[in-house]
Amino acid sequence: MAKTLNSRIPEGPVAEKWTNYKAHQRLVNPKNKLKLDVIVVGTGLAGASAAASLGEMGFNVYNFCIQDSPRRAHSIAAQGGINAAKNYQNDGDSVYRLFYDTVKGGDYRAREANVYRLAEVSNDIIDQCVAQGVPFAREYGGMLANRSFGGAQVSRTFYAKGQTGQQLLLGAYSSLSAQVNAGKVKLYTRYEMEDVVIVDGRARGIIAKNLVTGKLERFSANAVVIATGGYGNAYFLSTNAMGCNCTAAVQCYRKGAYFANPSYVQIHPTCIPVHGDKQSKLTLMSESLRNDGRIWVPKKLEDAKKLQAGEIKGSDIPEEDRDYYLERRYPAFGNLVPRDVASRAAKERCDKGYGVNNTGLAVFLDFSESIERLGIDVVLQRYGNLFDMYEEITDVNPGELANEINGVKYYNPMMIFPAIHYTMGGIWVDYELQTTITGLFAIGECNFSDHGANRLGASALMQGLADGYFVLPYTIQNYLADQDVWPRLSTDLPEFEEAEKAVEAEMNRLMNIKGKRSVDSIHKELGHIMWEHVGMGRTKEGLEEGLKMLKELRKEFDTNLFVPGTKEGLNVELDKAIHLRDFIIMGELVAYDALHREESCGGHFREEHQTEEGEAKRDDANFFYVGCWEYQGSDDKAPELIKEPLEYEAIKVQTRNYKN
Amino acid sequence: MAKNISFTLKYWKQNGPREKGHFDTREMKNIPDDTSFLEMLDILNEELINEGKEPFVFDHDCREGICGMCSLYINGHPHGPATGATTCQLYMRRFNDGDVITVEPWRSAAYPVIKDCMVDRGAFDKIIQAGGYTTIRTGQAQDANAILIPKEDADEAMDCATCIGCGACVAACKNGSAMLFVSSKVSQLALLPQGRPEAAKRAKAMIMKMEELGFGNCTNTRACEAECPKNESISNIARLNREFIKAKLAD
Amino acid sequence: MWLCNSSIGRKVVMSVTGIALILFLTFHMSMNVVALISGDAYNMICKFLGANWYALVATLGLAALTVAHIVYAFLLTMQNRRARGNERYAVTVKPAKVEWASQNMLVLGIIVVLGILLHLFNFWYNMMFAEVAHISVPHDPADGFAYIKDTFACPVYVVLYIVWLVAIWFHLSHGFWSAMHTLGWNGKIWFNRWRTIGLVYTSLLMLGFLVVVLAFAFGVAPSLCCAA
Repeated sequence: MAKTLNSRIPEGPVAEKWTNYKAHQRLVNPKNKLKLDVIVVGTGLAGASAAASLGEMGFNVYNFCIQDSPRRAHSIAAQGGINAAKNYQNDGDSVYRLFYDTVKGGDYRAREANVYRLAEVSNDIIDQCVAQGVPFAREYGGMLANRSFGGAQVSRTFYAKGQTGQQLLLGAYSSLSAQVNAGKVKLYTRYEMEDVVIVDGRARGIIAKNLVTGKLERFSANAVVIATGGYGNAYFLSTNAMGCNCTAAVQCYRKGAYFANPSYVQIHPTCIPVHGDKQSKLTLMSESLRNDGRIWVPKKLEDAKKLQAGEIKGSDIPEEDRDYYLERRYPAFGNLVPRDVASRAAKERCDKGYGVNNTGLAVFLDFSESIERLGIDVVLQRYGNLFDMYEEITDVNPGELANEINGVKYYNPMMIFPAIHYTMGGIWVDYELQTTITGLFAIGECNFSDHGANRLGASALMQGLADGYFVLPYTIQNYLADQDVWPRLSTDLPEFEEAEKAVEAEMNRLMNIKGKRSVDSIHKELGHIMWEHVGMGRTKEGLEEGLKMLKELRKEFDTNLFVPGTKEGLNVELDKAIHLRDFIIMGELVAYDALHREESCGGHFREEHQTEEGEAKRDDANFFYVGCWEYQGSDDKAPELIKEPLEYEAIKVQTRNYKN
Repeated sequence: MAKNISFTLKYWKQNGPREKGHFDTREMKNIPDDTSFLEMLDILNEELINEGKEPFVFDHDCREGICGMCSLYINGHPHGPATGATTCQLYMRRFNDGDVITVEPWRSAAYPVIKDCMVDRGAFDKIIQAGGYTTIRTGQAQDANAILIPKEDADEAMDCATCIGCGACVAACKNGSAMLFVSSKVSQLALLPQGRPEAAKRAKAMIMKMEELGFGNCTNTRACEAECPKNESISNIARLNREFIKAKLAD
Repeated sequence: MWLCNSSIGRKVVMSVTGIALILFLTFHMSMNVVALISGDAYNMICKFLGANWYALVATLGLAALTVAHIVYAFLLTMQNRRARGNERYAVTVKPAKVEWASQNMLVLGIIVVLGILLHLFNFWYNMMFAEVAHISVPHDPADGFAYIKDTFACPVYVVLYIVWLVAIWFHLSHGFWSAMHTLGWNGKIWFNRWRTIGLVYTSLLMLGFLVVVLAFAFGVAPSLCCAA
């Protein structure tokens, strides 16, 4: 344990760190910017905004995405909104309060300095996006509207219908497009990063696969930024898009970047429940539904049994027989408790047998009360598109009057259940967002930095854009300031040659296993192991068992995989196989971290460590640190743990309390 | 409760933009009707792979109707028979036992086939790059509430901005025209004060790029509007025409 | 020049020439209706519009409008067919919203042109061209009334003219609002207004023409009894 990490947090009080940093950091002069190349991998909120901003500053940017257009990145699917400490509602919000809520929501496992900076730049993001033409919701007077969100007592969430992520991404995409037009950003679509190339200890390029031709190509630059999202798809069923993968991140990890807090995986409480074994993904219903929807299960076990058997419907159960368990357990926050709390509470009810669908793995989200209070028009205006989406998938319309008992009107409730949604863990980065590989930066969901053990709703968009627009374009200059003395590297260097050969060899290996099983069938099995053993409620035995199964699964993958076709040209199955290889490694990493972290905090819940009421029990004395994992040269070797101790100066660490 | 259906699936196979394509046919048996259309294709591919064959290639990603990646022309409709929904939001309960389901790629000269039903829609990116933005330097914007925008305008701009760039409009149009796509972006920015300074330049640049890329003209058949998964209105096209004509008359 | 080299410009030409032709039809229809009331009055108009310099200039202008409309139609259609690509869909379904006319404007246009040729042969050849070219024709060129009687005495012509009028109706049912749309004078509210206005106007217009054709075909025009 001799290895230590330098998080390079600037001196001074937390509120002044970022200002001080910017005042004293090194900058690159305009002429030198023209000589410096930056590779940005990914075009989501973080990637697109970083590429656009860097291009605009004068750097030469090479931007890669796996989809056919930058606009398809999965940031687009974020529904609810984006937080900012504008205090437009005059409800007492401030930078400090947003900072405090985020740290608390993250169960005191985030780095204070990073979170404060995030809260500080949050206001600039809103200004930036409005100027880009993002059509945020407005009030009749023309001012911006806000809504409240889980984990906060103020309304600080800006939104664009239920499509905030889409609108913010299109904003970033438009800025990116402007830079492409200006010739400052070169865009590579349907390209996948397969490896990072390290020359003299610095990240100096990548090997990328042209997904259409199947050819590997080499790219060199002065710095590499990865913005490739999270690893939620390791669970097979998640709210992530089908293409989301962690190959770029895992490849960086293999090359020496530490991976931090992998066990912090967010389970989103409001997803449409699993309906069958052919299902390919889970659909998220925006958390904003919890503003006006009330979550419940039956009070009586026999009602639950009847629901499971399909004998009665939710609307048949009268008010007095409904258990609004979140309002009951957490009177102060009610249905708006943070995601991890809401998810675990749903699991707790279902484990006790109160689940409401045929699998017993669902709870109700009910709008009867709000439709009566606000009128159906207002409710439809707020959530109409979500209701439509729900109906298309499940054939049930939540805005439809279903029953009337003793003069009380009951509408069809939605059924929801938690699902893997976001990964707080990620590549370890310092205050400058640089990884442990010099010259390699990680931004957005793919780094670990700002959310601690749990992310609050509407904070992912904030972090992605903060990193991309306002943090990385500054901090990367501190690194690049002396890099202009280096000549542009030729991609004929042996380091590039070697990296490409290694990727090529891997592809050949996968093609030549010629076993019997499709990628998806193994991926589904991985998902089962992860959900059962490394999911919402973890135990030591379960995790150990899970780790064992994961190792066996990796062996199965290495010996029994079948990839049809050839590696020349477009081969979707080969690309999926590469992703799966890394999902399995990622799964193991999550399990290692979860096993070592003998406490419950945020998205990581160890059943051994809970209070009598079933709340998460942290162990600040022993686990108040960031758990970083270092690759040991082979997939077969267990990774080594390195700790970055957390130091809090502005906030007093306490037990999270959403009860009063 | 889900019921199972069986049907004949005809799907387009094509190896590359210049190769000749053809339909493959397969009997799909006992597919639960609460399966999504794309999950049904996953089942098809699982079967094909188990037989040692190459899978049927199609674009898809988010599977919740927002990324705009999925792009199948099903039984004569882009995104299939459901209205206001993308292919990934289509469920098998829309089909009946014994149906013949024909799956084709978007067909338009500006969208060359990459493989099977995967087409290259890069032309849309190029149109946006030509002018679909406001020029704003990062970090230099004024306070967001300094520009007051009437709710009606903001809401309408939002409706225009809902376009997911999937290309169904081009696929539906007998002229292969991208006017609905272009007009939605032009309209969004034309409706907002932030977009006004560059409105004339934008309309001209995007239209010229659209033509250069080989898209056709709008003849107001409204097929695009009828098939758009996000219900974009052709009143956007009228607005684009207005913006363009105004810009040209001012020159 | 943007009217030639941009798609919207070309369509502006289509719209403006289209609207001008609708105005011409309106004028033509009003003139025809006169023939229902009085043959003499009608012939007065015919004389006025005979081989006079202003009428010749107007005719040339009208021809130019028509030619521009047709040439641009072919230019746009060629571009559109190129844009559509070589592969056609195996299955196509017309969405309910889509008007049949809107997808068949060129075919309708061709029928309309054939009708025009017939019409020119029946009337214009006798009433203006003959006079200019000094060719002898059955009636006095200014006796338009006689030509109407002659033409619609033949049932084949009557049927052809009715087909022609129906084609024009379809063409205009789409063309009218479409022109307004192309000129940018449209929106969510005006869309329905223009469509209604267009349908009513086109129907009245075509009815006006049709009444004359039928009245002479069945010999029930009031002007016939007066003249006799």
